[in-house]
Amino acid sequence: MTLDVAYRDVIEDREFPTVREWRERTGGKVVGCFPVYAPVEVPYALGMLPIGLFGGGNRVEIANADSRFQSFICSIVKSTMELAFIGKLDIVDGLLFHSICDPARNLSSVMERNFPERPSVYVHLPQNMTSPHAATYLAAELRRVGAALAPIAGRPLADEDVWRSIDAYESIRDLLRRLYALRSQTPERISTGELYTLARLVTLMDPIDSAAILTAALAAAGDREARPKDRIRVVLVGSFCEQPPLELIESLEESGCYIVNDDFLQGWRWAQRGVRRNGDPYLALARSYIDDSEHLSTKHDLRRPRAHALLESVRHHRADAAIFLGAKFCEPGLFDYALYRRALDEARIPHLFLEFEEKMWLYDRVRGEVETFVESMLFAEARV
Amino acid sequence: MKAAPEIGYRGTIHELQKRLMTRYYDDLTAIAQGGPGRSAQLLIAGNPVEVLRAFDMIPVFPEVNALQLAVRKASLPLIQKAEELGYATDNCAYVKADIGMWQGGGVAPFGTVPKPDILVCNYVGCNVYLNWFEHLAELVGAPAINIDVPFLRTPAGTPTDEDVAYVMAQLTELIQHLERITGAEFDEDKFRGIVERSARVGELWTRIKELTRRRPAPYDAYFDSVTMMAPLYCLRGTPEGLDFFERAYEEMSARAEAGTGPLPQERFRIVIEGPPPWPFLRAFRDMFSRWGAVAVASTYSTVGGLWEFGFRHDPAKPLESVARHMLEANLCNRSMLQRYSQIERYVSEWDADALVIHSVKSCRLFSAGQGDMREHFVHDRELPTLLIESDLEDPRYFSAAQLRNRIDAFFEALEQRRVTAGAIAAEAAARVPA
Repeated sequence: MTLDVAYRDVIEDREFPTVREWRERTGGKVVGCFPVYAPVEVPYALGMLPIGLFGGGNRVEIANADSRFQSFICSIVKSTMELAFIGKLDIVDGLLFHSICDPARNLSSVMERNFPERPSVYVHLPQNMTSPHAATYLAAELRRVGAALAPIAGRPLADEDVWRSIDAYESIRDLLRRLYALRSQTPERISTGELYTLARLVTLMDPIDSAAILTAALAAAGDREARPKDRIRVVLVGSFCEQPPLELIESLEESGCYIVNDDFLQGWRWAQRGVRRNGDPYLALARSYIDDSEHLSTKHDLRRPRAHALLESVRHHRADAAIFLGAKFCEPGLFDYALYRRALDEARIPHLFLEFEEKMWLYDRVRGEVETFVESMLFAEARV
Repeated sequence: MKAAPEIGYRGTIHELQKRLMTRYYDDLTAIAQGGPGRSAQLLIAGNPVEVLRAFDMIPVFPEVNALQLAVRKASLPLIQKAEELGYATDNCAYVKADIGMWQGGGVAPFGTVPKPDILVCNYVGCNVYLNWFEHLAELVGAPAINIDVPFLRTPAGTPTDEDVAYVMAQLTELIQHLERITGAEFDEDKFRGIVERSARVGELWTRIKELTRRRPAPYDAYFDSVTMMAPLYCLRGTPEGLDFFERAYEEMSARAEAGTGPLPQERFRIVIEGPPPWPFLRAFRDMFSRWGAVAVASTYSTVGGLWEFGFRHDPAKPLESVARHMLEANLCNRSMLQRYSQIERYVSEWDADALVIHSVKSCRLFSAGQGDMREHFVHDRELPTLLIESDLEDPRYFSAAQLRNRIDAFFEALEQRRVTAGAIAAEAAARVPA
């Protein structure tokens, strides 16, 4: 399989060509969703297109937003605001922010003050997974989000539309789960660069349209004849919000890694299994988020220590090592690292800490670190 | 170069606070050493101490422990210990100092913090709270629960009915947990009595805060308020806590009546936003005192509760009022824009000349976006505003010379502005024909 090279450009293009095309074709409204998890089913049920906002990447220079957010705040917060300053978010009619971290929450307010023409809706995601009342609360919150977006969409929200929307995103998440499983089983058939590009494309398209692309990619990758390379298998964590440049992901692979699981764009493929249908679509979605989601860094689940999830992932995917690829200044990720490090040490699983910023464009240092790490592992293996 | 004047702010409440907090830590040390009693760890923002006090549990706040470590210049080695364990330089230093302290078994210069009987993560605004207690749960091995408090996010700026019901339901679950842990039944009358005392403390705290509307302000609403904040959280709901605030009000109102301020002369009235740099509190205070600058209001004094705009605990609806306190009556669970409005009220109703924003790296709840706050107050409100940076816990981020230069330049400009305004007014008056 060779991915259409145009997709690579699309995912980093802050003119959002796929979104513009959708808007011209349908005349619909667009909602920008800040990471990590956004209840995309709600705006989609209103006929809107929810899109992923992942900052400016390494294509946007921050000239205005750094007067609003200090130097110790992560890049995605500033570059997202910069996109608005330079008119790149004109294509967006409303914004969804979520209770993922303190800077993201404050960004919601700051955006609201500076760009009042583009309403910001702030979603409080539950953090008490042991309370039987959390699901009821989240269902009410999803309804509230629907009511807040309805005036922008210009139409009311009906339950059957929410079900249809859940189905549309279920098919996307199912396809992504299958692509991820394929990569884990035979990573030589689909690279992480390719898989990442496909998953990122999902965040910029109507799910009906991206489903066709994913289906074709799954078939093509399944048919691909490729010989496994002498690489180590790694699980990668820490990149759940701000995204590393695609070139950095490819550098990791070229340095001798098969990435067999990762948390890139995790909020768009959060469900471990399908949403269980019952009478109330909001409650069904809420229960699914609370009980069936992947381990998310920004979801605190006291039922399951977070390092256990990483160890399970390493074992399930038969990984040789774990790489923590964290965004600079990302406090939730950096907190997780302290827990991961202890658990990985105790389980004697080799691990490597790497830091990135979305705006980086030189990868030699990271590449050097990964190559040394891989060599040391292969050397240790050869000695055994 | 001006020297900081002799500050006459040390009243009897400072001594009383010291005695009360020493006793508080002595009680905790006794528990840590195997004595009777129980403790629970929870967090400052919108804290529900009333529920814990109803079970005779001593509330322990890791932020208070961390700031005590910083004030006693003991935080840095603990922060470094945590960094050796994998915590990053960009992680909140309160958490790192606390983790470092637990590595040493909870032993601190002010006493020993016992292993809590329960960790109650009252998630009120600050996302780091969730990480912090998740880590503590692993480290100290105590049972942990989260109380998820929805952020104030509606255009009305008030909680939804579902938010109130959700928090009340979780408080009921907390009560059930505490019944299991203590073996005691929840005594609603006792709880109501505690809430009643909290309501009276809220009223007294409000009256104390209103005193700084006077000229001169009888105390500094930033540097002296922090003295009163420890009893506000650690002892709220107790008879000693109520007695402390009765005496504090008495003392502060007597000073106001006598026209006594914390400085020989009050030359500038400021509002301060953000937590203090605990490791250098006195040095930081002196940087303002030498200019005759007195804080007449501060946002930091509302992190645990915002009473001055009308909220009171309600003994007639005790559980609901504790839930509402968590949801809407504290700075941390309110949006940045609500904080802008809070500061605007302080500036106008407390008649302030300027805003000082102390941006701390550790606490992004406070600091993220304070550049926008400065833009708003300078450009939209034409209020002289100073933004300075250091940290609340980590002494490595406190650059005394740099801070002093910024503060001096700001007050020099403010003074110049005043002189110019005076000259213009005098000239205009002279032009008026007799």
